Amino acid sequence: MNFDPRFSGRKFASVGTRPIRPDGIDKVTGRARYGADFNMAGQLVGRVLRSPHAHARIVKIDTSKAEKLAGVKAVITAADLPDLTDGDAAMYDVLDNCMARTKALYDGHAVAAVAAIDARTARQALKLIEIEYELLPHVTDVDEAAKHTAPLINDAIFTEGLEEKPVKPSNVTKRSQFGHGDVHQGFGQADFIVERSFKTEQTHQGYIEPHACVANFSSDGTADLWVCTQGHFVYRQHCAQLLGMEASKLRVTSSEIGGGFGGKTHVWAEPVALALSRKAGRPVKLVMTRDEVFRASGPTSATSIDVKIGARKDGTITAAEATLRYSCGPYAGSWAEIGAMTAFACYKLDNVKTVGYEVLVNRPKTAAYRAPSAPMAAFAVESAVDELAKKIGMDPVDFRIRNAAQEGTRSSYGPVYGPIGIGPTLEAVKSHPHMKAPLGKNQGRGMACGFWFNFGGQTCTDLNIGMDGSVSLAVGTVDVGGSRASLSLVAAEELGIDYAQVKAIVADTSSLGYNDMTDGSRGTFSSSMATISAARNAILILRERAAQMWDIAVDDVVWEKGHAIAKGEKHGNLGKLSLKEIAVESGKTGGPIAGHSELVADGAGVSFATHICDIEVDPETGATRVIRYTVVQDAGKAVHPTYVEGQYQGGAAQGIGWALNEEYIYGKDGRLQNAGFLDYRIPVCSDLPMIDTQILEIPNPNHPYGVRGVGETSIVPPLAAIANAVSNAAGVRMTHIPMSPPRILAAIEAEREWSK
Amino acid sequence: MAGIAVSTTINGDAVEYLCQPDETLLDVLRDRLGLTGAKEGCGTGDCGACSIILDDRLVCSCLVLGAEAEGRRVETIEGMAHGDTLHPLQQKFLEHAALQCGICTPGFLIAAKDLLAKNPDPTEEEIRFGLAGNLCRCTGYDKIVRAVQDAAIVMKGA
Repeated sequence: MNFDPRFSGRKFASVGTRPIRPDGIDKVTGRARYGADFNMAGQLVGRVLRSPHAHARIVKIDTSKAEKLAGVKAVITAADLPDLTDGDAAMYDVLDNCMARTKALYDGHAVAAVAAIDARTARQALKLIEIEYELLPHVTDVDEAAKHTAPLINDAIFTEGLEEKPVKPSNVTKRSQFGHGDVHQGFGQADFIVERSFKTEQTHQGYIEPHACVANFSSDGTADLWVCTQGHFVYRQHCAQLLGMEASKLRVTSSEIGGGFGGKTHVWAEPVALALSRKAGRPVKLVMTRDEVFRASGPTSATSIDVKIGARKDGTITAAEATLRYSCGPYAGSWAEIGAMTAFACYKLDNVKTVGYEVLVNRPKTAAYRAPSAPMAAFAVESAVDELAKKIGMDPVDFRIRNAAQEGTRSSYGPVYGPIGIGPTLEAVKSHPHMKAPLGKNQGRGMACGFWFNFGGQTCTDLNIGMDGSVSLAVGTVDVGGSRASLSLVAAEELGIDYAQVKAIVADTSSLGYNDMTDGSRGTFSSSMATISAARNAILILRERAAQMWDIAVDDVVWEKGHAIAKGEKHGNLGKLSLKEIAVESGKTGGPIAGHSELVADGAGVSFATHICDIEVDPETGATRVIRYTVVQDAGKAVHPTYVEGQYQGGAAQGIGWALNEEYIYGKDGRLQNAGFLDYRIPVCSDLPMIDTQILEIPNPNHPYGVRGVGETSIVPPLAAIANAVSNAAGVRMTHIPMSPPRILAAIEAEREWSK
Repeated sequence: MAGIAVSTTINGDAVEYLCQPDETLLDVLRDRLGLTGAKEGCGTGDCGACSIILDDRLVCSCLVLGAEAEGRRVETIEGMAHGDTLHPLQQKFLEHAALQCGICTPGFLIAAKDLLAKNPDPTEEEIRFGLAGNLCRCTGYDKIVRAVQDAAIVMKGA
């Protein structure tokens, strides 16, 4: 059946209500099974040996002593994961990141692994592996690494995207550019110009559940993998490719996931666990320690960004320009490119230019972190926008409203916008009571906007109707924050039945067709679209069965509010049949009733948010306190508003941590000095106030219910909103994230010196 | 590597096990007794995901040795509900959507239970400081605090 995804403007019965999630009881009773909560008979414990050096050639690995230790069943190195990537450079990087081949490229890079009968034996075995390293010069700072004089991390990399092909290798892997118009001409028309440079430090997604998996490689060449992941289908493809298997022979089951935020979209330990299991001939459980999570998984880019924005006296921006340098870890990425795309996406600009540079450093391979790359670009741009408003003498909200993108605006990264929410979020902020709340001594208010693309992608969903009238919904997108509840609501809505009749599960890779990674805020957007499609297909069959039961033509049967109804006067005495009544008879009318859907969910509507926050700064110590925080964001349609609020609040909290405190700290030796939650401190309960939310609903025209993704945008504005608040409270422009007490104090003291 | 024989009480039941001298109580609960409700988020006492109550005291079970449970009372998340009946905190966490991924939830519930046992009528600030030893990365804590406030009201009325 042809599926019509267009927004229909229907009235909702289930969508928009707030029922309890189907996986809730297991999660409050401790029964839910996460990555590390699964065990198999005969299972071994896997452990990974990691490089203590930031950059070193691996001269020799001797595993013989470890292999001889009683209880050790397998020891592997890169030799056990041969290169089968067949020229696929990106997959080769993934392979090299899973197990260093010739060089260790960062502190924490895996170099060998063992499987043993218990954790103690495995730990002992790691100590018996002898590795001879030849130390190489390293570089961990993004600006240092971009210099011509920096130690080269990969001498086979020449900068892509330059007009002239470079003759020397570089740590800058790629240059990308976006924009339109003529910025030189635009700056010529400006009455005021703000030009500033900004830096942000590297952060980690900080999910509370470390990466964990159980791999079971069978002697018949098939394998099973239980793993906490945001995308079990993608993990299957990647693991199979790296291990030289057919993907169909690897079955991947996604466990409950204890947080991902983009960090569980990449394989690290899983190919290693499979290789260990293959070599040992037994199941292997591999769980990262928190130290390993920080040193070897995640993190986001550290950045260095230059921004220049010009405007006329009347508040119209005439030109905007940014140069963005993003660290990628030791492998090529496209992180600056995304930053360059998102930087000015909130605004209607005649002249705009952004240039991104991807920079290699001796740090862990950069991974996605919730709207990856956008928060740093927004920090730089929104800080400059605030400063420019101040220079002109305009209210920062009014200045943004004047320049906000609208339907029909050509975005700074290319496409022309449909109906969007940036203007409405700004108008909502303008009239929000938060803006009138009184500020105390040393307190400042800041606000900022944020944008994220959102994504749809390949999606496959099954909807099976049981003979008792229950509906089982099998989806292939991982539930990272309540999507089983929202998708059950959507199935109930489309079928016209009670939410309680529907139970959604996340199916494994052998039970359902391919699904893309649960990223890009696509979980509810794309799987709800597939659920609606599957439900419509099921309704077609339900109508056919009802027609059969009544012995009338199917065209005379319509589906309304969970019932088949015979239409037309000639069928006036037939009454109606409920979904359950039809399901009970299904064995006699043609067998099971189900609806399937396979689609590419196009048209994920772009997402905008505006945040307001009040910060108190202690001028003596530089310490900060978040006094008030408000999130205003467009959801398109909030399917389960409580979980939408949760996404807004969670993104804001992560942004607050990033803005004020979180950062990777490297020593001169290139080693990470704060690989634990004590020293890499994420916000705790007593650090935060209640986080107020306002959900706007500007329907996405490309989704039947108007849904947009909501997961990521909420982390985009906080860095800038807090920087603006701190700058207003401290009386000095903050340009370096995180704004930890020493940085704020230094800025205040420098300002005092300067004004003497 | 002779194991240490331990006799203890877990969620009201007498339990005996053998453990190694360097084995944490968290490892014993999870790997020897199959009580995987307590989670290891860090192994260093920073995240609170492994919170349990040991003789009326809230502890991180990753910082307690398995051998130290000898003769003591251990309460874990698996013992929080009475059969089919959820504890008011569990019910309020569900109603307020005080969990997203849920990995920190067992630790928060145990810590909140301990908090309300000692302070049945906490202010918002007391709740925030009382739960500051438990990390949540999903919720921003807003709905967790509200769930605990609501549960406190229900429990006072009970």
